[in-house]
Amino acid sequence: MKEIILFIALALFMVAIFLILYRVIVGPSMPDRAMGLDTIGVNLVSAMAIVSIILSTTAFLEAILILGILSFIGTIAFSKYIERGDIIERKRDR
Amino acid sequence: MKVNNVILQFTAKIVFFIIFFFAVHIFFAGHYTPGGGFVGGLVTASAIVLLVIAFDLNTVHKLLPINYIYVVAIGLILALGTAAISMFVEQPFFTHFFDYFYLPLFGKTSLHTAALFDLGVYLVVVGVTMTIIQTIGDDE
Repeated sequence: MKEIILFIALALFMVAIFLILYRVIVGPSMPDRAMGLDTIGVNLVSAMAIVSIILSTTAFLEAILILGILSFIGTIAFSKYIERGDIIERKRDR
Repeated sequence: MKVNNVILQFTAKIVFFIIFFFAVHIFFAGHYTPGGGFVGGLVTASAIVLLVIAFDLNTVHKLLPINYIYVVAIGLILALGTAAISMFVEQPFFTHFFDYFYLPLFGKTSLHTAALFDLGVYLVVVGVTMTIIQTIGDDE
């Protein structure tokens, strides 16, 4: 019973990721795509947690944290590129 | 153009320490759980990259006055030296040693020379990643 519920949750996460993928591909503006990629990262974190429950292991917990960190930094880099045009500056202009 | 990114900079100041201590945990837990020098080095480099994104290269260089090419060199020397320790005690190259010690704060601890080799890998990964990112980002 528990396994069935977990697999249904995984399938729902897959459906959500495909729906977000539509927004990433079609999305009319760049912020739409950045938001879509961030949401895909969050959904992947949740799906990885469910997979680690199904496999009944704690070996994925570090991978979950690392994926959260990398998704955060990637989203910040994307949004800085969209806002400023460059990601890494040499000197602050104020 | 004046841009006010106070929220990003304040968040980066706090999140940097969370990511850095998580990287230290991954590095020291690498012997018994997933992790190790490579992943720890990459996570440390991503923490510094977060600072570089939130501030700029000059500020981060003032904060961490490190020439990352020397970090690569120190890491390679450390790895090679750890591998060469065993040659002085009539053992084959790359033989590792470990023993149990009673440290004052940690209690019974197993210290292994593979941790020193892993520290070399950690320093090389941090140095190479930061050198690549600084060289690419510094395009003026």
